[in-house]
Amino acid sequence: MSTPLQNSFRTGPDERGHFGLFGGRFVAETLMPLILELEKAYEHAKVDPAFHDELAYLAKHYVGRPSPLYFAERLTEKLGGAKIYFKRDELNHTGAHKINNVLGQILLARRMGKKRIIAETGAGQHGVATATACAKYGLECVVYMGAVDVERQKPNVFRMKMLGAKIVPVQSGARTLKDAMNEALRDWVTNVADTFYCIGTAAGPHPYPAMVRDFQSIIGTEVRWQMDEMEGRLPDSLVACIGGGSNAIGLFHPFLDDKSVELYGVEAAGHGLAYPEGHAASLAGGKPGVLHGNRTYLLMNDDGQIIEGHSISAGLDYPGIGPEHAWLRDIGRVTYSSATDKEALDALQLCCQMEGIIPALEPSHALAFVSKLAPKKPKDHLMVVNVCGRGDKDIFTVAEHLGGM
Amino acid sequence: MTTRIETRFAKCHAEGRAALVTFLMAGDPDPATSLELIKSLPKAGADVIEIGMPFTDPMADGPSIQAAGLRALATGMSLAKTLDLVRAFRAHDNETPIVLMGYFNPIYVRGVDKFLAEAKEVGVDGLIVVDLPPEEDDELCLPALKAGLNFIRLATPTTDDNRLPKVLTNTSGFLYYVSITGITGAATPDYSKVAGAVARIKKQTQLPIAVGFGVKNAQTAAAIAAYADGVVVGSALIDTLKNSLDDKNAATGKTIAAVTALVSEIAAGVRQARKAAE
Repeated sequence: MSTPLQNSFRTGPDERGHFGLFGGRFVAETLMPLILELEKAYEHAKVDPAFHDELAYLAKHYVGRPSPLYFAERLTEKLGGAKIYFKRDELNHTGAHKINNVLGQILLARRMGKKRIIAETGAGQHGVATATACAKYGLECVVYMGAVDVERQKPNVFRMKMLGAKIVPVQSGARTLKDAMNEALRDWVTNVADTFYCIGTAAGPHPYPAMVRDFQSIIGTEVRWQMDEMEGRLPDSLVACIGGGSNAIGLFHPFLDDKSVELYGVEAAGHGLAYPEGHAASLAGGKPGVLHGNRTYLLMNDDGQIIEGHSISAGLDYPGIGPEHAWLRDIGRVTYSSATDKEALDALQLCCQMEGIIPALEPSHALAFVSKLAPKKPKDHLMVVNVCGRGDKDIFTVAEHLGGM
Repeated sequence: MTTRIETRFAKCHAEGRAALVTFLMAGDPDPATSLELIKSLPKAGADVIEIGMPFTDPMADGPSIQAAGLRALATGMSLAKTLDLVRAFRAHDNETPIVLMGYFNPIYVRGVDKFLAEAKEVGVDGLIVVDLPPEEDDELCLPALKAGLNFIRLATPTTDDNRLPKVLTNTSGFLYYVSITGITGAATPDYSKVAGAVARIKKQTQLPIAVGFGVKNAQTAAAIAAYADGVVVGSALIDTLKNSLDDKNAATGKTIAAVTALVSEIAAGVRQARKAAE
């Protein structure tokens, strides 16, 4: 491990879990001892080679890592600018990047002797990954999912059930991801002795944002050596979609100190940023606040009441964002942009037609941004977009929007 | 400086009984009924009044209090209007302590210093902010103490003897012991364990200890009042309130009477508890 460098962007958070103004541990007292216990267990695991060996073994033989870095030749030609590479985390077991983090947390839960795993899920990818890992290790699994999302992500609900998880449709609030997270926290407050809360994104109280980032950083670490192998140098830009931001931070983090690498996060602009309740872009349309254990940018009204976001993508439909992204935006290291529902749908179709790859709606937002940025870049500009999930789960939603195909 | 909260707990102690702490959500079911309800509480036997600050995402609350917050927000309730409610109550009652309870985000967004100045000015005595553990004391706890407000902390069954000093530091007014691991309005606690926990905490503090979560009626209140300095009741009052509403969640002629009747019943239980034990 390298020692922390001065002027490095990679040393956060501080010992209290802060990335600048953001992060922290804003939880009820009942959970505080659990979070401190988790932090301690993670600190131990982090320096234990056996933990890393076990995780590396699973990444290779169970997940199928490294995921390929693929030159998207026809898309590159079509857009006529930057040389576009796909980081193909959609090829992972369970179909998204979520499994990278889940296996890390489940191994940790086993070390801590926890027998019952709870999780929240939006698009269902984190729920499927958690149900998968729980099946593999014989752990009880309860997944909280907004009732709206249960409806729009049916294929994933069936998958989780087949894997033996109990799905709890959440009827409170807007019945989407934020409400699922509230309900998972309520479960955790109630079942403190035997339960491990497996959070799916790089948000929540410390140490989750740092821990999830660490487990997802395998994405960027692989891109680094893969690009070196293929092109003999660093990429020039990295692009990823952002809901909570775990795939993006996993891709970006290993490159934060490489000043030449441009980093772009793409939020979900839903119907458009002009509609305060019609998008899920918390950096573009939110302000700093406190929710779900951390301070970060949130969509809310003047009274501090949380606004229900909207995105066609259930995985991006969250009114907050991981605290490290909030900090990276404020210090200017990462450029954040957004793509609308329509732009994402267009990009999804373009990707299908040009590359024979059906991306999920989430990375379709990143692809929408690529289709705008790539033409402006020279042909020797190496651009990597994280295709963090596959689109099988979205076919019904997409069909509905495109008129049944 | 002695606060209304300290004065009230001392008075109840002198009377040889526990204090009854009642919780209702500001603006539930509408601002006008909410004010009338809160004004009627002292006469019905409430010693300390907790007023919920409505929030869209109350992570530590069960369905009853979640729904109460959403009903209040639906009628346009806000943090500013919650402060107005306290001001209106104070014009009528200058002795009953008022504690605002809720989550940090609305306070943070309003601005901590601004909120504290306003709270003090309208006559708030203490704050309970569920998602601010001692680790985040710089955010609100220390500024609140400096502004002359009590900052009441929750201790829970997961707060062991090692952690307890950390929870007690900077806690003032009283300590709120959460009788179960869980959300509001959920399970009924194991009273023998709660008594043991209160005794354990008393070894480390002189602060009055109020016990809440799982208090549903006179009988459950009396069981706790036998050994605790205060009994907190919330979800049971809110359930009663909810049951008195019409099918559009509007107040009816029965609303205030139904809630005050339950408060009176529980207040009688609290007052009888130690006499019965003697």
